[in-house]
Amino acid sequence: MNFHAFDFAGTALRAYGSGGLYWPAEETLIVSDLHLGKSERIARRSGQLLPPYETRDTLVQLDALLEQLAPRRVICLGDSFDDLEASHSLPEEDQVTLTQMMIGHDWIWIEGNHDPGPLAFGGTHLDQLQAPPLTFRHIAEITTEAEISGHFHPKTRLFLRGRNVSRPCFLVTQSRLIMPAFGTYTGGLSLDHSAFEPFIDDKSFAIVTGRAPCAVPVRRVRSGGQAVGFS
Amino acid sequence: MTGLPSKIADWFAGKGWAIHPHQQTMLNLADAPSALLIAPTGGGKTMAGFLPTLSDLSENPGDGLHTLYVSPLKALAADIKRNLRKPADEIGLDIRIEDRTGDTSYTQKRRQRADPPHILLTTPESLALLLAYEDAPRMFAGVKRIVIDEIHALAESKRGDQLMLALSRLQSLAPDLRRVGLSATIEDPQAIADFMACHPAQPQIVTADPGPDPDIQMLRTEEPPPWAGGGGKYAIPAVLDQVRRHNTTLIFHNTRAQAELFFHHLWLANEDQLPIGIHHGALAKEQRLKVEQAMVDGSLKAIVCTGSLDLGIDWGDVDLVIQIGAPKNVKRLVQRIGRANHRYNAPSKALLVPANRFEIVECKAALDAVKAYDLDGEPKGPGPRDVLCQHILNCAAAGPFDAATLYAEVTTAGPYRELSPKGFEECLTYCATGGYALRAYDRYQRLVEKSGKWQLRDPRAAAQIRMNLGTIIDTETLKVRLKARRGPGSGGAPLGEIEEGFAATLTQGDTFLIGGQIVKYEGLNEMTVQVTRSQADKPRIATFLGTKFATSTQLSNRIIEIFQQDSWPELPNHTAEWLMLQRERSRLPEPGRLLIESFPRDGRANTVIYGFAGRNAMQTLGLLVTQRMEEQGLAPLGFVATDYATLIWGLDPLKDPEPIFDLENLRQGLEHWLAGNAVMKRTFRASAIVAGLIDRMTRGARKSGRQATFSSDILYDTLRKYDPDHLMLAITREEAMKGLIDFGRVEEMIIRTQGRIDLIELDRVTPLAAPLFLEAGRVPIKGLAEERLLAEEADHLFADAALPDAVTQPKRWAVPF
Repeated sequence: MNFHAFDFAGTALRAYGSGGLYWPAEETLIVSDLHLGKSERIARRSGQLLPPYETRDTLVQLDALLEQLAPRRVICLGDSFDDLEASHSLPEEDQVTLTQMMIGHDWIWIEGNHDPGPLAFGGTHLDQLQAPPLTFRHIAEITTEAEISGHFHPKTRLFLRGRNVSRPCFLVTQSRLIMPAFGTYTGGLSLDHSAFEPFIDDKSFAIVTGRAPCAVPVRRVRSGGQAVGFS
Repeated sequence: MTGLPSKIADWFAGKGWAIHPHQQTMLNLADAPSALLIAPTGGGKTMAGFLPTLSDLSENPGDGLHTLYVSPLKALAADIKRNLRKPADEIGLDIRIEDRTGDTSYTQKRRQRADPPHILLTTPESLALLLAYEDAPRMFAGVKRIVIDEIHALAESKRGDQLMLALSRLQSLAPDLRRVGLSATIEDPQAIADFMACHPAQPQIVTADPGPDPDIQMLRTEEPPPWAGGGGKYAIPAVLDQVRRHNTTLIFHNTRAQAELFFHHLWLANEDQLPIGIHHGALAKEQRLKVEQAMVDGSLKAIVCTGSLDLGIDWGDVDLVIQIGAPKNVKRLVQRIGRANHRYNAPSKALLVPANRFEIVECKAALDAVKAYDLDGEPKGPGPRDVLCQHILNCAAAGPFDAATLYAEVTTAGPYRELSPKGFEECLTYCATGGYALRAYDRYQRLVEKSGKWQLRDPRAAAQIRMNLGTIIDTETLKVRLKARRGPGSGGAPLGEIEEGFAATLTQGDTFLIGGQIVKYEGLNEMTVQVTRSQADKPRIATFLGTKFATSTQLSNRIIEIFQQDSWPELPNHTAEWLMLQRERSRLPEPGRLLIESFPRDGRANTVIYGFAGRNAMQTLGLLVTQRMEEQGLAPLGFVATDYATLIWGLDPLKDPEPIFDLENLRQGLEHWLAGNAVMKRTFRASAIVAGLIDRMTRGARKSGRQATFSSDILYDTLRKYDPDHLMLAITREEAMKGLIDFGRVEEMIIRTQGRIDLIELDRVTPLAAPLFLEAGRVPIKGLAEERLLAEEADHLFADAALPDAVTQPKRWAVPF
């Protein structure tokens, strides 16, 4: 099975190995931080010409989940495009692919810090979504209940008999769930980074993505902890 | 014969010196377009290189840059500045001699560009940077000579390729430029001549009198060396004894980790408190300078060191070189020995200390090779194209260029003399558009062609190009500092650097060795590892990674030759007996044949392949052969590789080796295996940085730890999936094949043995195979292993979390492939 089933805020959810989250009762698929058009934005801003295939690759991954789950509703949890201009300058082929993928789903774009405001594609645009008992927004808020968000691109690092494995992960605490980034060209922020400190409670765990996603406990790190290993 | 100007002749006479024959020859060749001098250390090599310059400047004083000097080390440039200043002053030359390296101040650098000195001492990177400015043509228009020091060392790396491309540019700016190369003793002077020439011209090769043969022997110890391992700890009493009996001893090690361990044990045994220091590339600059100064002052009896001391910095009173562990490469050994008795015409003295039983044979082979003047060297392939891409971008940063002119120019550089127009075109296209099958960047091309000339679309990109310049790719390291006693911050004394991957495995209280002391990990602050001194007498984690050299082909062949002797009176008894026992029980490896042993042990089937292809190639062979064995259902469980053999253990024995060692089959296996390989990803990252695909990661960018940055592995995977023919993948492949994968030597081994395989089935482990079971660096065969381990680990972690006192996981640090 390529998902890990767990309960969050009294809701049964499934975390998929590719970084998607499925809410079976509502037939809803949630993905976060697609960062479509990132290579185009980097070229525009810095002149660096990275392999321009990340949009295609991200859409291929997303399409696989849509095929498998046939969800009624799809929620993109913000930073779906790397910036507003990128949403207008996708290669034509990718535009067509995305438009076709959206057909037959109730498609919701949550605004992110990279892509506020209207977008070039259809669907519903929201600042946040209340779908009781859950709340969906891009950036986690400090006081909240049953909130699902993205933005931070959590990743975790494990030492497995001499092998060092670092992978994107879902961070699940009692009051919130932070999604991993789904986009191909996305890095991660290690769970021991101070940014996660306010969120982590005694019952927190991470669901490590990969072929066989599984949960590992997350301990509170005392201050002084710093993320290492960005490459 | 060219006479010396009277001022200089008087100076020589005043010192009571006569000009060396090779110095005279270099003076005679002052007008030759290029000349290569091969001379031993201490042979007045630098003076030979500069005599034509001093001579010309004394007769034709004038303004502007006259001579460039390029050396691989900043320290060497500073050294030469001192060593040149003195004679220049004594001769009475009114000239400016300045150095320019990464350490030179901004103001000084600006002034040098506006008003260059007569002699500028610099490094390949700083020269390339100067050429990437718009004012390069003005600055270099009048330069007459360039002296390249330690050219044999530069020629071994991409830095040399970069320098030769820079020279091709320089030659266009200053057509009368004369080139002088200074080299230590090398096996193939013609290869260096081809490398440094302005093609198709050929340099004159000048060989100085190599001086007397070195006095070099194996160190005899009371205790025989162990069966396996590389530390040489057993020899410490004998080494201390030698240190006592000499003025200054250099103790070379093949890796930093070994140097650290040896130094630690040396001090534990150093009852006389002999002043002994340690010097290697991972130590903090302050630490290294301290040791270097103590060395110059003559206050050290010995220095434990690595290759960071290899290059010709002129130091004190070294009268003995000790090499711990087999030298792996005869050329490097000879150059190291040259450090002892740094006086011309005095024999150098050196001792080899084999670290284990097998290395006794290896050291013997090295000794024979030195006596026979038989130096080794792998032929150098064509210049790598990632360096060419960087050069094209550098040229664009300096100003618009014409493609055909640039192609003609770069093919005058030795390493690129056979570059095809298509090969160049691909690099240019990559620099301009990214070179992707999907044309996504029409609006954001990096270079655009305007009225026949290529130029930067956005001139502001020049700064970014200059910032990324250079071919040295640092492994990502973190600085280690002693924790300040009071207050926060990272104010403690710097100790050195450790690899980031190693740092990530540390938790508070872990101890490790650095700079010869045991320290305790306290935490990470602002990307600095904070430690305190530890009273522990044994570090829990002893090592961090360093380079491991592979034994050269030539040395390997000599070892096999030694095996063919009827008896070994020149080897210590224990070693001769060991080899004899191997001959009785099984067989010794023979030239032109491939010996494979198969025997059971501990309920597993073991296969030993005596390939003698060097560590990297034997590692690659292990991966390829186990993959085939897996396909044949033999259930291999793992393998370990050394310079001479690969040991594979599994459930079933290997019965039919021929198809497995078929070259075509191995090649196919390689293609398949290379795909997701960590070596490829590491090579890709290095080439991608050199070629300007991704920016160098500055410390600042890492510190900010933004999640916006992502791993270059992702770029590699994406390219492989969607653009498998892309130039960067081709370059990655070319580079990996020469370097860590070393498939060339696997091929060479297969061709050498041509199917003459001797598979010997035995009932128990053989004498030659026994040490392999003690080797570190075992590689497990993967598959879905990682997922299974992950699941196991998750269970453990939850079980631990439920306990009040969580058991810490044992820390391990392993090669990531």
